[in-house]
Amino acid sequence: MLIKKPSDIKPSEITPESVYKNRRDFMFDGGKALLGAAAASTFPRIANAQDGDALRARAPAAMRRSPPAAWWTEKFQSIKPAPDSEPFFTGEALTPYEDVTIYNNFYEFGMDKSDPATRSGEFKTDPWSVEITGEVGKPGTYHLEDILKPHDLEERIYRLRCVEAWSMVIPWIGFPLADLINRFEPTSNAKFVEFETIVDAETMPGINSRFAIVRWPYREGLRMDEAMNPLTFMAVGLYGSYLPAQNGAPWRLVVPWKYGFKSIKSIVKINFRETQPDTTWEDLQPNEYGFYANVNPEVHHPRWRQDMERRLPQTLFSRRVIETRKFNGYGEHVAHMYEGMDLSRYY
Amino acid sequence: MREFIKPAVFLLAMVPFVLLLVRALTNDLGPDPAQELSIETGEWTLRFLLATLALTPLRQLTGQPEFVRNRRMLGLFALFYATVHLLVWMTFILGFRWFAIVEEIVERPYITVGFTAFMIMVALGLTSPKAMVRKLGKNWKRLHRLVYVAAVLGVVHLLWILRTDVSEAVLYGSIVFVLLGYRFIQYLNKKRRAVA
Repeated sequence: MLIKKPSDIKPSEITPESVYKNRRDFMFDGGKALLGAAAASTFPRIANAQDGDALRARAPAAMRRSPPAAWWTEKFQSIKPAPDSEPFFTGEALTPYEDVTIYNNFYEFGMDKSDPATRSGEFKTDPWSVEITGEVGKPGTYHLEDILKPHDLEERIYRLRCVEAWSMVIPWIGFPLADLINRFEPTSNAKFVEFETIVDAETMPGINSRFAIVRWPYREGLRMDEAMNPLTFMAVGLYGSYLPAQNGAPWRLVVPWKYGFKSIKSIVKINFRETQPDTTWEDLQPNEYGFYANVNPEVHHPRWRQDMERRLPQTLFSRRVIETRKFNGYGEHVAHMYEGMDLSRYY
Repeated sequence: MREFIKPAVFLLAMVPFVLLLVRALTNDLGPDPAQELSIETGEWTLRFLLATLALTPLRQLTGQPEFVRNRRMLGLFALFYATVHLLVWMTFILGFRWFAIVEEIVERPYITVGFTAFMIMVALGLTSPKAMVRKLGKNWKRLHRLVYVAAVLGVVHLLWILRTDVSEAVLYGSIVFVLLGYRFIQYLNKKRRAVA
């Protein structure tokens, strides 16, 4: 009997065990192993957690956000820490808070990676209302405070893989989208969930930029089973603190097995519908971005190789170019939803 | 006075590289240095290429031969920045995986285009010493006209990778258009004079 091996791996490409182990230690250590001063200063991460603080990661005190309104303080009083096993946790080194909050794609604030952090000073997240519409039992416009009220917050450490071939590891604070969906009682016609980002030209300087070719508002969507998957998360914070504007304040979607652009930010509308919604990037360049956008090293983007990624932060001395895993490593929990689908066609 | 011009141009041309190096060594390139270094070295390659192309028209328009005396050096600087650009891409973006590097060059059009421009610049760099100019004689000039092709390919390469904002590629493209247009008009005038 013929046992098939991946044909594209030559013996010469297999990394020697010692090197491999080194790299593994370097990237996957849980923050306890001491790796010397250089590594420690590059990844301060878990060192930020304070004594008696159950959360795995906290923003550096000096960088912590002030709450958008008083009720947020209370909401963040008790947060369930991330467990110590996959999929709601990963032992890979966290991307430091400083990097997570300066390197963002959020074109409503500008095209440069640092624009969302530097040009969002005017952005207001309170009061924040959310419209829930379409095929749903309890449609209406709700204050975010009321939407969040019944949900207990928890911490989850997920990988985030951008279609531009870079990735981060981020400790989010939030709750499962499934819990929210159940509360609003979608009808049997609800086959897809559509999300929209706020459009506020006065506080989002990218909206009226003459280079903006995006048709606002930014729109994203999920199939109902994807939205109900336990991994799908609504984040209201990161590193134990409130979401900064550049990361999608006051709340955003996090779908860790899909490319980052699916994880829509600063949501003001959730629409339950029977048909597949048009999404922003698919609308702009359908040959480059699909509706599903599952992380898939086998399907190459026309411009970026998708079988490897730069795990940020890179430095001159730690290149950290790692292999991209199918479904971003979450296949065990999500692959079943795509059985029988040709993923090179539904990319 | 004149003997200081060349060293001064040399030092000036090194400035962007030294600044990038300092930023890289002090970890001041942000979380994604690969991206930053790629963008910066790519742009400096284009800028030096365009500067090189601007020297001949400048000499003709001003009558100052000094411009052309620095042409080879600026051309070699374009090649230098292109080489750094390529190395950054190979190490930081592709992690020195040879199969990936070859596959990218062959299969991804914008990289094929950029790599072709690089190969042209290598050929021009290798044939830039005075001895080679003498050896190649008339063919030298023919060969070195390929620099026009390299400049156009460089702009196409940039245009292709941009995600949404094409303003920079348009700027560089317009400069190439003017520089090549100038030569084309000269060529037409020469031809007309020859006929008359």
